[in-house]
Amino acid sequence: MDVMLWVVLPYVTFAVLVVGSVWRYRYDKFGWTTRSSQLYESRLLRLGSPLFHLGLLVVILGHVAGLAIPETWTAAVGIPEGVYHLVAALAGAAASAVLVLGLLILIYRRRVTSAVFLATTVMDKVMYAMLGLSVLSGAWATATTQLLTAHGYDYRQTISPWFRSLWYLQPQPELMVGVPVAFQVHVVAAFLLFALWPFTRLVHAFSAPVGYLFRPYVVYRSRDDARSGAASGGSGSHRPRPGWEPSTDPRKRS
Amino acid sequence: MKVMAQMSMVMNLDKCIGCHTCSVTCKQAWTNRSGTEYVWFNNVETRPGLGYPRTYQDQERWQGGWVRTKRGRLKPRAGGRLKKLATIFANPKMPSIQDYYEPWTYEYDMLLSSPQSAHTPVARPTSLLTGKPMNIEWSANWDDNLAGSTATMQDDPVLKHMGDHVAEELEQTFMFYLPRICEHCLNPSCVASCPSGAMYKRAEDGIVLVDQDACRGWRMCVTGCPYKKVYFNHKTGKAEKCTLCYPRIEVGLPTVCSETCVGRLRYLGLVLYDADKVGEAAAVEHEHDLLAAQRSVFLDPDDPEVVAAARREGIPEDWIEAAQASPIWKLISDYEVALPLHPEYRTLPMVWYIPPLSPVVDVVASSGNDGEDPRTLFAAISRLRIPLEYLAGLFTAGDTRPVERVLRRLAAMRSYMRDVNLGNTPDEETASAVGMTGPQVEEMYRLLAIAKYQDRYVIPSAHAEQARDLEEIACSLDYEGGPGMGGAGPLGESSGPPVPVAVENFHALSSRQTADSPNGPSTPGRVNLLNWDGNGRPAGLFPPSGNTGSTVARDGDAS
Repeated sequence: MDVMLWVVLPYVTFAVLVVGSVWRYRYDKFGWTTRSSQLYESRLLRLGSPLFHLGLLVVILGHVAGLAIPETWTAAVGIPEGVYHLVAALAGAAASAVLVLGLLILIYRRRVTSAVFLATTVMDKVMYAMLGLSVLSGAWATATTQLLTAHGYDYRQTISPWFRSLWYLQPQPELMVGVPVAFQVHVVAAFLLFALWPFTRLVHAFSAPVGYLFRPYVVYRSRDDARSGAASGGSGSHRPRPGWEPSTDPRKRS
Repeated sequence: MKVMAQMSMVMNLDKCIGCHTCSVTCKQAWTNRSGTEYVWFNNVETRPGLGYPRTYQDQERWQGGWVRTKRGRLKPRAGGRLKKLATIFANPKMPSIQDYYEPWTYEYDMLLSSPQSAHTPVARPTSLLTGKPMNIEWSANWDDNLAGSTATMQDDPVLKHMGDHVAEELEQTFMFYLPRICEHCLNPSCVASCPSGAMYKRAEDGIVLVDQDACRGWRMCVTGCPYKKVYFNHKTGKAEKCTLCYPRIEVGLPTVCSETCVGRLRYLGLVLYDADKVGEAAAVEHEHDLLAAQRSVFLDPDDPEVVAAARREGIPEDWIEAAQASPIWKLISDYEVALPLHPEYRTLPMVWYIPPLSPVVDVVASSGNDGEDPRTLFAAISRLRIPLEYLAGLFTAGDTRPVERVLRRLAAMRSYMRDVNLGNTPDEETASAVGMTGPQVEEMYRLLAIAKYQDRYVIPSAHAEQARDLEEIACSLDYEGGPGMGGAGPLGESSGPPVPVAVENFHALSSRQTADSPNGPSTPGRVNLLNWDGNGRPAGLFPPSGNTGSTVARDGDAS
């Protein structure tokens, strides 16, 4: 059972996430979108969406810091465990409070605004359930094990080394055995969410438009640009058949 | 000098009768799908009026277009790159569906399936967004022909800009129609606003398009466009806009809106311009100089230097010839009667308008004077400040001089041609008073009033030496996985690999023909009269009568 949860599930999830995303991107570029519902309703969205997304960004940073950076490294630069714990617990609690508040506003909006609710697909609902479970279990774990106890649970002795061991390809499921249930639920829910990821609207996170900062404002593109119809051959209906490619300079052939 | 070609349009507003044929045919061709119910790539507004979406011209509110910074650079009014990314989770300046209008349908089924009753059954309007009954309170042309304008007209952003003296004089009312499509600007702020880089200006003909595979639905283009001509498809989560009917333009056909225009008021043709001067022209300091600056970007296609430069840029010979024969070039630069819509947005729009003389002529004629006498007309043009200032608010950033010049030219043409038609000797002075010659006036008259098809539309076909790339020619349906597929894929509406426009239209049309309700899948009881041979009753035409024993009704029933 432990091997199932803490070795098989993570690797299967990772495979599904990578293969699924590549497949989705190739098969369904047209469906790769935020599917924003701002057109229907923007008052609640303008409150909930930034709260949720910005809270989430901080939470992700926190996860990177907590999971990827070994305790020995922070100790080596002179940060005692107590200080680290205090900062991480407070920052994490604040960010997760913002995140949960944003999520609750968004879910309330989705249910109550009838146009938004009608535009919600089955996949959206499954995704919301898993997202809600991951976020709430994470917030619950932070609250119960970090804030309400005196010293807090030091996940950097158990969860973090286990997580890194997955990447070394020498998984150590035994590290996860004694971990508080709240964390265990959170980890499993998160993996299930990642496995769903490529098949939901969450894929929009992979196309965060960072390139916008570095490109000229106005974009020009030729009609014959390969991108304008990779699957259909130029702008037209026909996929160029083998042997019927237009004659081009041999040096320009790919 | 970097010569580029731009396919552009001019509309002669004097000839627009506000019939909305362009809007309807455009909608039939492009936006009759769910998700775009509220979308009109082409709409016709009555001016003065609120426009569509309501008050879209109020850039204080909607923050479209560009602003010139203190250092003389251009920046999207809604904010630069960093601000765009910072507000990406909820676009603060995006119009809601209510600012356009909530799309609706009627419960047509009630008319067919209602049991016999004392009262005529009623088809109530239901929202296409929520499926619930709704009150229709606004639509794309709700203030058509100034309807309800006493309640709404004071909110017209152009009137607001003109100042207070207008309000008292509005009783002497005037109106005209303004058909609008995407401006396919030389300096498009929608393209500049797109974080994904999915929007682009086609290098060959300047048509501004959205790459549907690259759009991620960040919605910034909707805010960026000051004309609000980029729309968000709420079903697919992607931006859509007027395509200038590129599949038709590529094979030398005019756009659907032009082709079907009853008043023949649209002109299509190429303009050559200098791409290196675009940024500079859009950033001139004073708004009143923008018109002249944009005109200076255009290149004379008959100038041998320009032709040589165009050849160097690889513009094909027949495109250069088309640019030389272009009605757009004539109207903008030879006769100087066309003006851009809202040059103050600094996007250098490429759909220009010939302002209407009719508000002036109407006043002159209704006051019992001679509506074709040049002196009367010229005097009236200078005296009727309100129409003049209003037109200036639309076409010249408030500068009345260019509008007055155009109207005087149109008035001069009117008088000159009356003399010609009555067999009098035309007065050369009428033409020279507006800086033209008699023959020039007659040429302009031919282009504006006779408006032959081949004079209005000078469209060189696209140069894919691969003719199979062109949508309209290559519209055979042997596309892999072609007809027979369609509908919703496993990942929601229209998911799956890109489908050519022709195949997509095929599916859209066939599903629309067979769908009963715009909301759901077609019901099995659909009555198809198209293949009814006239014998008996088509199955399901009438609701089942309670009296099942009746054989009389079934006598002629073939099925």
